[in-house]
Amino acid sequence: MMTIEEFSRRLRAGEITSTQVTEECLRRIEADNARLNAFTLVMADEARRRAREADKEVASGTDRGPLHGVPISIKDIIDIRGVPTTASSRVREGHVAERDAPVIAHLRQAGAVLVGKTNLHEFAFGTTSEDSAFGAVKNPHDPGRSAGGSSGGSGASVAAGMALASIGTDTGGSVRIPAGVCGTVGLKPTLGEVSIDGVVPLSRTMDHVGPLTASVADASLVYHALLGDARTAPPVPMPMHGLRLAVPRKYFCDLLDDEVRARFDAALDRLRAAGAHVDEIEIRHAADIAPVYLHIVLSDAAAYHAHTLETMPDRYTPAVRLRLEMGRYVMAEDYVRALAGREVLAREVDAALAQHDALVLPTLPIVAPPIGAATVEVGRGREPVRNVMLRLTQLFNVTGHPAVSIPAGPTSSGLPCGVQLVGCRHQTDVLLKVALACEPQITGVSVPRGGTSGG
Amino acid sequence: MTIDAWLQAAIADAERRGLPDLKPVLETLAKATTALRAADFNQSAVESRQSSVEGRRP
Repeated sequence: MMTIEEFSRRLRAGEITSTQVTEECLRRIEADNARLNAFTLVMADEARRRAREADKEVASGTDRGPLHGVPISIKDIIDIRGVPTTASSRVREGHVAERDAPVIAHLRQAGAVLVGKTNLHEFAFGTTSEDSAFGAVKNPHDPGRSAGGSSGGSGASVAAGMALASIGTDTGGSVRIPAGVCGTVGLKPTLGEVSIDGVVPLSRTMDHVGPLTASVADASLVYHALLGDARTAPPVPMPMHGLRLAVPRKYFCDLLDDEVRARFDAALDRLRAAGAHVDEIEIRHAADIAPVYLHIVLSDAAAYHAHTLETMPDRYTPAVRLRLEMGRYVMAEDYVRALAGREVLAREVDAALAQHDALVLPTLPIVAPPIGAATVEVGRGREPVRNVMLRLTQLFNVTGHPAVSIPAGPTSSGLPCGVQLVGCRHQTDVLLKVALACEPQITGVSVPRGGTSGG
Repeated sequence: MTIDAWLQAAIADAERRGLPDLKPVLETLAKATTALRAADFNQSAVESRQSSVEGRRP
């Protein structure tokens, strides 16, 4: 699979057309979707029409920017006019979106070709994309394992070459987690930067829209397009010499799979060797992250779903229904405690970043878990899969800091794992500059990725 | 309301609603709520806001 950067260059050089690359994506969907279950809807006719239009525009000298003619998949929780937004739930049966979400309108303006809508964990309320009205999403690297979630279909679609990028949502890690276990880049921008209008909510106070891509540069291109700024080129990488990175070892590295730890430490060694200063810091109150996150997300989700939990409870998958019902029992005083904790944690992350360009930590403590596993062995014991998968990502939904997951190379079993960089609030572009600089060291690949790699 | 009293009431309500499978889930929530209430960022009526929050700022 090629990167958007390469596609864009070759399109303008006349070496390829949008129609050719779109057809290749549709061919891969046709070949692999029955096996991976990544898509809930394939928009082949519209994609072909848009690709032909994009090619005509290029031929006539019209250039919409770096996403012109790029095949992109969309998580089926974001409204595309005229097609259902299922949220991978039977609760949404019969729904058809009346208008495009603003992010979709921005992608169309940028010339993107929408190839289809991707499967997800029902209502984005899970980390494995197993509980779905369309069945579980399978990981392209091992179909017996989860593609992560909740944007599992998005991760699988990019990793399997069914699209050059995908648009996901991230409320506790739902872009970064599938990116981590599928071996793609995943960007969660600063809270509130990218519109969440036209997106089925999980938690209105923690939902983010963000891209999954083959490279950091591609993530930057798609991020800017989502903002309605389709012509912005990727930023210049920050110089590695003197880059100040901080590793929050306590809590964040306490519970790691041995192979994930080895990949993370190897990435740190490469970053140091390239000239970065890597300090160790502590984020106080880290042990309180999960309770704070849980009380906020449960309350927000329960409020949105209260009516349908009463009127059509059997249309939910059993596990998601139980999780939503749990939220209806959160007491008001505890929700207020969680909001207070949220402010404290945000200040703690601000303080950790005050003397550093970015935090660096693993994206997940584990590789992709087997489909159907309720617990996973990590460290010296077994832990619930959901708790482990959220452990290193949910803080930055609570605090709103931008975070990007970058592939850190496969483990000995051939499964991807990721390293996460976290930047200052409202400085997503600065984080992307840091990420561009660190990407070769984190991936362990010294040449630009994406030319003929990926997949 | 104490967490023990809340948990008993919640389990009874779930059973009344025909949702006995909620019991283990509610017990998990009770553990999380216990941790949340034990967090040292919580304030009480005998503290001033400055001493409890600002004083811990780095």
